[in-house]
Amino acid sequence: MKTDEAKYYHKIEAVVVGAGLAGLRAALEIAKKGHQVAVITKVYPTRSHSGGAQGGIAAALANSAEDSLELHMYDTIKGSDYLGDQDVIELFVNEAIKTVYEYEHMGVPFSRTEDGKINQRPFGGHSSPRACFSADITGHVLLHTLYEQCVKYNVHFYSEFQVFSLLIKDNISRGVVAWDIREGGLHIFHSKTVLLATGGYGRAFKITSNAHANTGDSLALILENGLPLEDMEFVQFHPTGLYKHGILLSEAARGEGAYILNSDGERFMKKYASDKMELAPRDVVSRAEQTEINEGRGINGKDYVYLDLRHLGEKKIMERLPQVWELALNYLKVDGIKEPVPIQPTAHYSMGGIPANINTEVIRDAKGTVVRGLYTAGEASCLSLHGANRLGTNSLQDASTFGRIAGKNISKFLVENGYEDLTSNPLDVARAKISSLMNGNVGEKHSKIREELQENMTKYVGVFRNEEDMLKLLKILKQLQERYKNVTIDDKGYAYNLDLFEAYEVGNLLSFSEIIVEGAIARKESRGAHYRTGFPKRDDKNWLKHTLAWKTEEGVKLDHSKEPVIFMDRFPPQERKY
Amino acid sequence: MAKENIIVKILRYNPEKDKKPFWKKYDLEVDDDSTILDILNEIHWNIDGTLAYRRSCRSSICGSCAMKVNGQNVLACKTPMHKFKGNKLKIEPLPGFSILKDLVVDMDGFFEKMKRIKPYLILDKPIPDKEFIQKPDEFECIRESAICILCGACTSSCPSLWANEDYLGPAALLKAYRFIFDTRDDGKDERIDIINDKNGIWRCHTIFNCMEACPKDIKITEYLSRLKVKVLENSI
Ligand SMILES: Cc1cc2nc3c(=O)[nH]c(=O)nc-3n(C[C@H](O)[C@H](O)[C@H](O)COP(=O)(O)OP(=O)(O)OC[C@H]3O[C@@H](n4cnc5c(N)ncnc54)[C@H](O)[C@@H]3O)c2cc1C
Repeated sequence: MKTDEAKYYHKIEAVVVGAGLAGLRAALEIAKKGHQVAVITKVYPTRSHSGGAQGGIAAALANSAEDSLELHMYDTIKGSDYLGDQDVIELFVNEAIKTVYEYEHMGVPFSRTEDGKINQRPFGGHSSPRACFSADITGHVLLHTLYEQCVKYNVHFYSEFQVFSLLIKDNISRGVVAWDIREGGLHIFHSKTVLLATGGYGRAFKITSNAHANTGDSLALILENGLPLEDMEFVQFHPTGLYKHGILLSEAARGEGAYILNSDGERFMKKYASDKMELAPRDVVSRAEQTEINEGRGINGKDYVYLDLRHLGEKKIMERLPQVWELALNYLKVDGIKEPVPIQPTAHYSMGGIPANINTEVIRDAKGTVVRGLYTAGEASCLSLHGANRLGTNSLQDASTFGRIAGKNISKFLVENGYEDLTSNPLDVARAKISSLMNGNVGEKHSKIREELQENMTKYVGVFRNEEDMLKLLKILKQLQERYKNVTIDDKGYAYNLDLFEAYEVGNLLSFSEIIVEGAIARKESRGAHYRTGFPKRDDKNWLKHTLAWKTEEGVKLDHSKEPVIFMDRFPPQERKY
Repeated sequence: MAKENIIVKILRYNPEKDKKPFWKKYDLEVDDDSTILDILNEIHWNIDGTLAYRRSCRSSICGSCAMKVNGQNVLACKTPMHKFKGNKLKIEPLPGFSILKDLVVDMDGFFEKMKRIKPYLILDKPIPDKEFIQKPDEFECIRESAICILCGACTSSCPSLWANEDYLGPAALLKAYRFIFDTRDDGKDERIDIINDKNGIWRCHTIFNCMEACPKDIKITEYLSRLKVKVLENSI
């Protein structure tokens, strides 16, 4: 079997896993400083999910109205429901402006104000128009521009390579092992540093706005190496997911004045946020929708409500919301000019992830002990910038700014450090995973297990959470993990084995989903995106704390001793009201 | 949403086993609002796990799933099956590329061509502290060309490219347009030299296939025509 031997061995100073904004921005920085860097990515760089972002990237440029760093900082802290680390948030807002101007100098085509500056639009939770945008394709143009810059600076790409294991020993990162998707075979990447920038993991849920690729592979790899994840219970649900598909209908729809209606044709937001109505924050609107559905006022008693654009008129819809109109028509055969569009809350953004300090170095405990040579940035990471709830447009900025900071810190590390020896038998872990999938002949299809996982996650640890449901879910998860041991794939070949990489991803989803559930069970309060029906209030006395969670032989171990950094004199916790 | 029976024929090829591509037929029942990608997923997940294809965002922005369905180049994720009459689908890989497996084609050459036109801003002028000033109409001039998702549907449909594989092709030329018409760029002359080559812009014979194939409805031919004018102006 080909996996017996590394088909290739690559020795390269820096490895970056992931080619979204976080990975590419880091790689660019490393390459510009004159180091060798390899980007490993399971999809072609320009296919990364960063390209799906439409709305914009936050920075207090004050091009469209007054704004300040302090205000951006305050909005982010308030949005995070005071769980965000304020030192990280301060660094973030300070660097955000530079990040956007750099993008502009690289050639990103931004929409412009009349006087030729970068245009900015309002966005939920931001108290000033702060979202720099390029029509409705902001993430797309940022991603393509970064990729082009990487091409210019000779970043080496290993496209369609999927990382199967991390080589960590004695708390030092030594490289990764990846499967060549196109030709098959395992490659060893021996490096001084590894950056994990694998993006979000919304695919743990049935209804999600995330791409197929967003399966949180590196989170499972972290767990498998005895390292913790942070704040995994905080998952943001967006209120305007296209029914059944979960595909995002832009927040712009509500911004332009769309209504949300229940089966009685009632604009029910008046019961939940009479002031802001449909424009209340995402978590509030998502909960309102779910309440209507749970109380039987979903359309035809089903699990969706209506987004009604009709009163906006054809002209406005086609000028301002062409994508929304087109998505509804393509996927649901619904013409938004004449009919209301079925929507439901959709799992959208993952606030938790791989814990890291302000320098993007991965940490292994609540004291902040660093894993040498291991870094993380973007949606896969938890620094924690977004705390319990992320504000729209802060995440493209997060991936970009902390990608750059990671690149800078990695470059410094590369100068000061040599290569460490590889672990003995570096291929073992990856090979075992592949063999067990390739060799099984009787067993279940991975798709069946994945579907059950996603369905139950959406049902039991979604917008509303209660202990009974989550304990039930935990049991289901355990059974699925057992069943996964006997999973089988039809395709036993090497060339572009989609079956293999999907089966591997299902294992990863099963692994970190358990952490989401355990974290949510433990957190007996409601904060940001995490809502516990029995505990509807935020509880700062007991729960102004991060969650760290490990997988051990005895099950999931939780630690709540890591407290968020709070500048008490400047931004003491207050009630989050909109 | 009702169920419907459909017959799907897919051009299959596994380089490890097959001498040449062959058609395989699948009969299945699907929701009538399924997209082509939903149907491929249904086959791959529940009927035949050996089927290979690329997909990721399923909202027509990542550009992974361009393929040929009933004779047209489309994005599988954005194309509802009801676009085609008769409940019969014939799905094959993008023509003009070599097949890696089933519906997965080798796009390396396609991405290499992008590199030929120097796809990045070239600057001689000093970089300002803030942004370069660019007026809304100047942005508008390049906006649509920047929508390109590099799916390859256009390039694959171009007869000039079938005849000469060294031709840059519509996607790379559109990228050239996006930079040459960017008011911030100082690299026009070098880029114009590159596309004024025998494998450059003059191999575009305004056949309009690219425009019909583009899943983002970009008016590619129009932009390439503007490029031709620019090249001529520059050579006077
Ligand atoms: C529909 C949608 C709209 C959004 N709109 C906005 C917006 O308007 N503004 C905003 O700020 N944010 C928005 N977001 C959020 C934002 O887009 C993401 O948080 C951000 O782009 C994440 O970037 P990233 O670099 O961390 O990850 P990604 O861009 O997701 O990249 C992940 C990379 O990791 C690679 N990868 C994963 N696993 C492996 C593996 N095992 N081996 C090798 N490679 C691997 C993938 O190939 C990919 O290259 C939106 C999100 C969605 C889903």
